Amino acid sequence: MNRNAWRRTAAVARKEFLHILRDTRSLVLALALPLVLLLFFGYALSLDVDRIPTLVYDQDGSPQSRTLVERFRGSRFFDILGQVDGYGEIERRIDRGEVLLGVVIGDDYSSDLAQVRPAQVQLLLDGSDSNTASIALGYAESVVQLHGLELLAEARNLKAGRTRAAAVEPRLRVWYNESLESRNYIVPGLIAVILMIIASLLTSLTIAREWESGTMEQLLSTPVRPFELALGKLSAYFVLGLADTLIAIGAGTLIFGVPLRGSLLFLFATSCVFTFGALSWGILISAVTRSQLLASQVGMVTSFLPAFLLSGFVYAIENMPAVIQVVTHIVPARYFVAMLKGIFLKGVGPAVLWTELFFLAVYGVVVFAATTRKLRQKLA
Amino acid sequence: MAPGEIFGLVGPDGAGKTTTLRLLANLLDASAGQALVAGYDVARHPDAVRDRIGYMAQRFGLYPDLTVEENMVFYADLFGIDRTERERLMPRLLEMTRMAPFMKRQAGRLSGGMKQKLALMCTLLHHPRILLLDEPTNGVDPVSRRDFWQILTGLVKDGLTVLVTTAYLDEAERCGRVGLLHNGRLIRCDTPEALKKGMEETCYEVVCEDQRRVRAALERVEGVMSVAPAGARLHMFLRPGASVGAVRERVPACAVREIVPSLEDVFIGLIRKESR
Repeated sequence: MNRNAWRRTAAVARKEFLHILRDTRSLVLALALPLVLLLFFGYALSLDVDRIPTLVYDQDGSPQSRTLVERFRGSRFFDILGQVDGYGEIERRIDRGEVLLGVVIGDDYSSDLAQVRPAQVQLLLDGSDSNTASIALGYAESVVQLHGLELLAEARNLKAGRTRAAAVEPRLRVWYNESLESRNYIVPGLIAVILMIIASLLTSLTIAREWESGTMEQLLSTPVRPFELALGKLSAYFVLGLADTLIAIGAGTLIFGVPLRGSLLFLFATSCVFTFGALSWGILISAVTRSQLLASQVGMVTSFLPAFLLSGFVYAIENMPAVIQVVTHIVPARYFVAMLKGIFLKGVGPAVLWTELFFLAVYGVVVFAATTRKLRQKLA
Repeated sequence: MAPGEIFGLVGPDGAGKTTTLRLLANLLDASAGQALVAGYDVARHPDAVRDRIGYMAQRFGLYPDLTVEENMVFYADLFGIDRTERERLMPRLLEMTRMAPFMKRQAGRLSGGMKQKLALMCTLLHHPRILLLDEPTNGVDPVSRRDFWQILTGLVKDGLTVLVTTAYLDEAERCGRVGLLHNGRLIRCDTPEALKKGMEETCYEVVCEDQRRVRAALERVEGVMSVAPAGARLHMFLRPGASVGAVRERVPACAVREIVPSLEDVFIGLIRKESR
């Protein structure tokens, strides 16, 4: 780039920066929105299932069945609301949504156990929220199974005349998110969603506004090149995008206590690459639609939806149908989410994440090139 | 167009005035034909053309949230004007347009006339040789319009060539030459005086009380081509060779006298003929 090209790019950037500074409402919105979104999603979007409201119908009433109930009571995942004497009560309270799980112990539970026959326990679940129900079912099953194994071991020991249990006892160790808190994996992904939304929203208006106000026609009559126009606009919003990144990272670690195990510098560098692509996308939308209303709608739909649904931020990509899995490869947030989780939770760096970084960079360059191309078109 | 003239392009809405200017400014590609600006083919030497023209779009093309000064600096940077040149030029332009006191005011808070002056200053920053102005005084009050035209006249004296479109025919009278566009074709092109002399019909002014009734009566007289209100009076056009006697007989109470037609009369007459 020669001197004049630099001067023109800088002039566009400075002008755009003045727009941003003078439009106080948008500026406040751009800086407050990431915080608001993070708080909303961070607190509301909890996938943790604990303190499952549970009713127990113990038909047996024996010491053995009471031991099993105690197992449920001792787990932090269950909250025993009370004991009932029939199915009717369980059904009624599940219908009203007060109870999620009913544990029914048959009246032959203790006699079956005494005769070393498989004893049965019935679990009734509210399946209307299938996600929560399947997690609750998993917890309940494991409580029952574990108890069954203990009983089995005890019985064998009795037979062999031993007093000490010899059952296999699993010692579980979860890596990277030790407490299995959903917040820890939601918040890093959320940063990708928020950056995508903000970046696209901010820039989607910028070219469309010039078209609508007639300034684009004036700009086209000057020597400014499409590349300089796009780069100038981008750099002004880039500053804003980085401020948003810092706000999101700060809020994630300070307010939500998400551990940042990787390098802050690498995190910042990848955020820059992602922000570049997201901003370019917004400018491209703006250049194509030439209308502020349309641009903001297209911007919202094409940034928010893929970043939210197809990035693997909450919904695991491996569980999606094969076709959708292929589609996720063109969603830039997918790569950024993977990197954020890697950097925040696993503390990995460029050695592991270079493919994702490469794809993000390619995405940014391709979209920016498309924008420049689109801007080359004349009036009408 | 000759160097150093003000050429006015007039015509009804949709005649092609804006399109012509955009073609010359290389903002549109021509489907056929060739446009030469300052001796350069617009399509083949866009950069050479861009450096030599100052284009001012019909809509105010500046940023309302930027001040007068910021707008000017922005355009100066785009045109590659360096700082010393800019600092020499800006006070002169501001003085010429009497805009110096408003340098720090945001463009959106200027009056219509001042906005147009600002836009003009921004197109003058890079020393263009040709100005392409698209209805620069549209929606501007008469005093500011006269101001604006005085500035233009001054610029032409300094050697600039101006191509201006306008909907005001009193402005067209100030042009060296005027072209009339209709349905995308240039149907007449001459000096205002020649255009007026070249009119075949004779033009009469009719002073009367009841305009509507008199107009209806006149339109039925043999030889009358059209009658149009012009302020409080009527302007009537007679076919060449037709006698005005029949008219005087029909409306004896009215004063009828022959006049030199205004450009407006000429254009209304020409467009009527074209549309027929």
